[in-house]
Amino acid sequence: MDFLSNLISGLSLGSIYALIALGYTMVYGIAKMLNFAHGDIIMVGAFAVIVCINTCGLPVWLAAVVSILCCIVLGVLIERIAYKPLRRSAPLTVLITAIGVSYLLQSVAQLVFGSEMHSFPKVISMPTIQIGELTIKGNALVTLVVSAVIMVVLTLFIGKTRMGKAMRAVSEDKDAAELMGINVNKTISVTFAIGSALAAVAGIFYGSTYGFIGPYTGSMPGIKAFVAAVFGGIGSIPGAMLGGLALGIIENLSKAYISTELSDAIVFGVLIIVLLFKPTGLLGKKIKEKV
Amino acid sequence: MQMLNVENINVYYGQIHAVKDVSFEVNEGEIVCLIGSNGAGKSTVLKTVSGLLRSRTGCISFMGRDISKTEAFRLVSAGLAHVPEGRRIFLQMTVEENLQMGGYTAGKETDARIRDVYERFPRLKERRNQIGGTLSGGEQQMLAIGRALISAPKLLMLDEPSMGLAPILVSQIFEIIKELHAAGTTILLVEQNAEMALKIADRAYVLESGRIALSGSGADLARSDAIKKAYLGG
Repeated sequence: MDFLSNLISGLSLGSIYALIALGYTMVYGIAKMLNFAHGDIIMVGAFAVIVCINTCGLPVWLAAVVSILCCIVLGVLIERIAYKPLRRSAPLTVLITAIGVSYLLQSVAQLVFGSEMHSFPKVISMPTIQIGELTIKGNALVTLVVSAVIMVVLTLFIGKTRMGKAMRAVSEDKDAAELMGINVNKTISVTFAIGSALAAVAGIFYGSTYGFIGPYTGSMPGIKAFVAAVFGGIGSIPGAMLGGLALGIIENLSKAYISTELSDAIVFGVLIIVLLFKPTGLLGKKIKEKV
Repeated sequence: MQMLNVENINVYYGQIHAVKDVSFEVNEGEIVCLIGSNGAGKSTVLKTVSGLLRSRTGCISFMGRDISKTEAFRLVSAGLAHVPEGRRIFLQMTVEENLQMGGYTAGKETDARIRDVYERFPRLKERRNQIGGTLSGGEQQMLAIGRALISAPKLLMLDEPSMGLAPILVSQIFEIIKELHAAGTTILLVEQNAEMALKIADRAYVLESGRIALSGSGADLARSDAIKKAYLGG
């Protein structure tokens, strides 16, 4: 039973990674860039909740909405101002810009909120559930369920809707998509908006899970989610979900049964091993083209 | 009536001057061909017309409207469709999804037009749920043309539709072009296969290193000695 509860909290942590990894993978798929500022959006989302609840006294749901909207606006602005002018530049230029944006967000947060950790308000009031010997934390359960719903909705959106299909078309071939009448710039903005909204949700769950937020809080889950995206196959949406969940489970089980100190090393070790045998990640595919 | 008028365009790739003072026109109901060897600038001309590239000078007008500054995606609903070189279908999307993308701006008409395309190309219907990347070269070309037809274009621009296809498929593609033309679509065709292209062309332009070297009716050009030597193998 102990194992099962560890597995469930691993899944819950993993679904946070998955939400962030989705943003990485969608942006990579469509803009062919690694948005290393993505992790810091989580931190901005979490701080937005802190300000909304502690300073403005807003109810939890409204704080969540405001936080999501802030992150959407921020994500779209970052793309427009920092990345769009570099769309035809070398990948390294874009990568360095993304790292710069990441530091910028961290520094601005430090300027505004100071470098100390802030306690995150209690936004999830679900009690711990006890079924026989199985203990499930309310927080973990809510995280898991909400993330699952988001992932199902996102999968349907990408697979079935007009905009979702346009996103796939743009990620495959921008010029061809443009020739179909698809507004490529708008589609890229929508992708950044969705990724940032998911990061905001992840930020709220991350804050509720760990209880504290600081200006650098976004970088570690950001990097792990990036690892999850690569692990699952960067560019692949089911890959990001699978990679995120796998990472959360590996991390939590290593913490529980091997060593808390070594858990991160184990997580990254697994990534290295997977990439040795499957360089495109678990679900990453090389499409074979018939001529 | 003049449908497309291109006047004095100059297109650069960085320092490279790829298209030099090119002017030509396409009248409603015509099949016009741009022929020329590899690297002559044919594809660049088409990309500039469809808005993927910009000319530094001159003017492009389509149906009487200046489109030289219009974004590419807006031209589709204006009636301009461009089947790019190398087909460029979406390899990871199904045949049907590819066709749906062709109807991105066509709204409610899309489903009916997809049915029309299936009627014209029954092979695509058989493979409607297959991923684009699994189609053969000829099927991909049919999909690329079918996809462009979903927007019900007034002017269809085809860039090397015969490239990489077996001779029997090349004739099939040219038959399809003739049928589309007979059904009322104006066609601007870029081809390296000058022999086939000149046979169906009302008029043709010959591009040589970025400039228009010759122009005339398809039949006249097919008889011209210079053309025979350079493009028709004797």
